[in-house]
Amino acid sequence: MLERLRNMLIKEFIQVFRDPRMRMVIFVIPCFQMLVIGYAVSTDVKHVRTAVYDLDESRQSRDLVAAFSRSGYFDVVEHIADERRIREILDRGEATAVLRLQHGFAGDLLAGRTAELQVLVDGTDSNTANIVLGYAVKIAQAYSEKMLVRRFERRLGAIRIPGRIELESRAWFNENLESRNFYVPGVLVIIVTLMTLLLTSMSVVREKEIGTMEQIMVTPITPVEFILGKTVPFAIIGYAVVFLVTSIAVFWFEVPMRGNFGTLLFGAGLYILTMLGAGLFISTISGTQQQAMISTFFFFFPAMLLSGFAFPIANMPEPVQWLTLVNPLRYFLIIIRAIFLKGVGLEILWPNFLALGLMAATMLTLSVRRFHKTL
Amino acid sequence: MPAIRLENLTKRFGDLTAVDSLSLDVVEGEIFGLVGPDGAGKTTAMRLLTAIMEPTSGDAWIDGKHIRRDAEAIKENIGYMSQRFGLYADLTVAENIDFYADIYCEPRRGRREIIDRLLEFSNLQPFKKRLAGNLSGGMKQKLGLVCALIHTPKVLFLDEPTNGVDPVSRRDFWRILYQLLREKVTVFVSTAYLDEAERCNRLALIDRGRLLACGTPDEIKGLMRGAILEIRCERPRAAAALLKEKLANATVGLFGDRIHAVGERPERITAEIGRILAEGNLGIESIRLIEPSLEDVFVSVVAEVGERGEGRGERERSN
Repeated sequence: MLERLRNMLIKEFIQVFRDPRMRMVIFVIPCFQMLVIGYAVSTDVKHVRTAVYDLDESRQSRDLVAAFSRSGYFDVVEHIADERRIREILDRGEATAVLRLQHGFAGDLLAGRTAELQVLVDGTDSNTANIVLGYAVKIAQAYSEKMLVRRFERRLGAIRIPGRIELESRAWFNENLESRNFYVPGVLVIIVTLMTLLLTSMSVVREKEIGTMEQIMVTPITPVEFILGKTVPFAIIGYAVVFLVTSIAVFWFEVPMRGNFGTLLFGAGLYILTMLGAGLFISTISGTQQQAMISTFFFFFPAMLLSGFAFPIANMPEPVQWLTLVNPLRYFLIIIRAIFLKGVGLEILWPNFLALGLMAATMLTLSVRRFHKTL
Repeated sequence: MPAIRLENLTKRFGDLTAVDSLSLDVVEGEIFGLVGPDGAGKTTAMRLLTAIMEPTSGDAWIDGKHIRRDAEAIKENIGYMSQRFGLYADLTVAENIDFYADIYCEPRRGRREIIDRLLEFSNLQPFKKRLAGNLSGGMKQKLGLVCALIHTPKVLFLDEPTNGVDPVSRRDFWRILYQLLREKVTVFVSTAYLDEAERCNRLALIDRGRLLACGTPDEIKGLMRGAILEIRCERPRAAAALLKEKLANATVGLFGDRIHAVGERPERITAEIGRILAEGNLGIESIRLIEPSLEDVFVSVVAEVGERGEGRGERERSN
């Protein structure tokens, strides 16, 4: 039994590593993806390209615009002289926001009237637009508060304005609210998922397709030996990918790793087993590598979208939220983000581990039972 | 105890009956040929006997073990070579052999000798380090044979082993099979080549899943009713067409530039042929009686059964 298994493993590893393309796929591509996606996947909105249409041309209006650009969120890229240019600049996407200050802005302010600032935002990407507007509101409020205080001071001398609430916000676990810290562990999950799922489903179906399966089936090898021989290599490769990609996350992107790496590996183990089970299941229902590939993506995309990787599960309609309960990605994402950022362990995460364990057991049993040694 | 016994073995795929109540006995230590045209059910029969496909009904025993109940026990004692190359193209010759030796749990001790002997008699020794995918067709088949023989099986199943292999390699391959016979291995081989069928000790003709005839090549040839006349003439095509039209009690076929006429009473047919061709102004070079080849037998038996089969079909429909 062990002898046979050992030799299945040797054979699989020879096959995987003999092919230079496979070596690329297994080691280079995950690192490359991690680097690229790690930089690219970010919902932080900074350096918004901003155009200014200042009809007032006063000290006050310039002051306000300066407050915007000082904030670091807005980069003034153009001063517009013609009203028609506003439309054009948004149409072409040369700027995402336009600040418009009417003639008489300074006059109103000095006279103690409410002065108007118009912010035009490209709302195509509603998320970004919301965030930009939020920043704009904050900057405008801070500016008007400063004006107010200065006015009072000039009239009444140094005063303390009573009964004010000052918001002191602190974000725990991700102090600077860097979206990278949230997404990079997620990307790790996605890469491990795709690798293990695709490699397993393809490798079994490949044997069916090229006819080597028929030859194997006439030997006394048992289904369990065959399945183990086909999956253990990819479990090992899956672990190698976890190590690689975690190193990039921690050492390159400096995502804090506050929890126990051992707990993370345990969770990764359960998750990889689930994915191997899913991959095997796909291979039992597919006859060709092409079918396996399509089935894999058919599973992968909904699983990714409904995992909480990018869109919070709490925002989904209730029936869809229930659906996410059978999504292994959901649990592994919770585990991995919690271990990275919160530093909690099994004492809190055990329900997620339990769910993954159950899924791994179900998927593996299901596919082993579906796997027959007959054509 | 026969090495292989089939009793009413049947396999249906939906409406199609690929193997239709096949009953056969194969004696230990013979080369038994399963001969039939493409789609006759040869591969399905092979898969049923190697226990990788379940029969719809009927039974079969390999070396006394039942194909369904003792499927795994059978696998210890048989070697099988599928029609398609079933080894790993991205492993070398030696790696493929080692892999199969491991799967069959051949003891490490003595393994080298077995492998060396197999490599020696298949002439694969110089190609040990070559990737299996880079071997020629004939060498691939030999490697398949080596892997199927690694555990010294009692029964060897070969599904069209020389399909697409050049004549020299085919002869080589058969030389190896004859050597195996000396070691008391029973060989069950399927083929669509009739010249190969003649090399078997005994053979079974099958068509559309049914057994048409079974016996030694000579016995099968004896099944041929009537005699074969070979006619050489000036314009064989035209002559064959004319004979097909006018010759009443004989079957006419064109074999290259010669015409074969099969019938019960050769003297009368010879006279008739002479008359018909003379009327058509077609000169005859020679007419002579020839030994039937398996091909003739096969064509005649398949045609005969086909007619009967179709006749029955029509009757069924008219009912």
